[in-house]
Amino acid sequence: MNSTDQVSSGILGLLTTDGLGGYADEAAGVIFLLMLATTIIGGIIAFNAKQLIHAVQGLAVCFIGVAAIYYYLNSPFLAMMQMLIYVGAVCITISFAILLAAPEEDKKQGPPGPLTGPFGLITAGLMAFGMISLALKTKFTILPKINMGEIKLIGIKLLTTYSMVFELVSIVLLIAIIGSLVIGRKGRSK
Amino acid sequence: MSILNLHNYLNTYLVLAALLFAMGVYGMISRRTLVGMLISAELILAAASINFMAFNRFTAPDPTVGQIFALFIMAIAAAEAAIGLSITIAVYRNYKSVDIEDIVDLKG
Repeated sequence: MNSTDQVSSGILGLLTTDGLGGYADEAAGVIFLLMLATTIIGGIIAFNAKQLIHAVQGLAVCFIGVAAIYYYLNSPFLAMMQMLIYVGAVCITISFAILLAAPEEDKKQGPPGPLTGPFGLITAGLMAFGMISLALKTKFTILPKINMGEIKLIGIKLLTTYSMVFELVSIVLLIAIIGSLVIGRKGRSK
Repeated sequence: MSILNLHNYLNTYLVLAALLFAMGVYGMISRRTLVGMLISAELILAAASINFMAFNRFTAPDPTVGQIFALFIMAIAAAEAAIGLSITIAVYRNYKSVDIEDIVDLKG
């Protein structure tokens, strides 16, 4: 990836100011590996935990790792949003769902579906294998950057070129709020 | 290509996203409760976001576009979690269970 040099990563600049000297690259690499492990381990807990409340905690850990990965992808803004929206809001919302509805994963009745267990693992593994081999084989064309993707530019583009997205998001969120209130209210008096 | 330089390669992020996607798919087909499936759906959405951001950094000419799209995915995921929560609670009120095996009223 030749074009990565001109897109200097933010974390390297952060580390050199701390006086790490020539070891900034190595430190960034080690932190990246740690965050990669955090993401994968969190994901494994999220899909594999017996208790659903543990799964939500795994999901939160996984999202913290994803936020760090966004930081390495030159987007501190999205890293912050990930912490705020996913770790702060979505995980807490799912925790509320668990606390209010008390789902029990181990209270199983009837035979499991045909795809649970090894068949499901094979299915997911094949999908991962296909996508990984596709990603490793493909030659991606790297186009020259026309800007660096700063937060200021994101704000300008959100309100000019992509103002439709901006408005759509607000309408979708409004409808989601009203819809969830309506669905949740039905049958409450019972 | 040293292991400490992995964060400068597009493939690292693509492999990570594929792994997260597979975890989400496996969780989606093996979980038996609505909330468990919601958690797996969040994993799949996170994988899609990572893919967008990876291509955004390495190949796209304008790096703001991918960030705006990832932001859009986040808003959709938040709306989905809110709706999912209220549907879960409505189902729990009517069936006293959120096991997907119990919710078969529409089955012919």
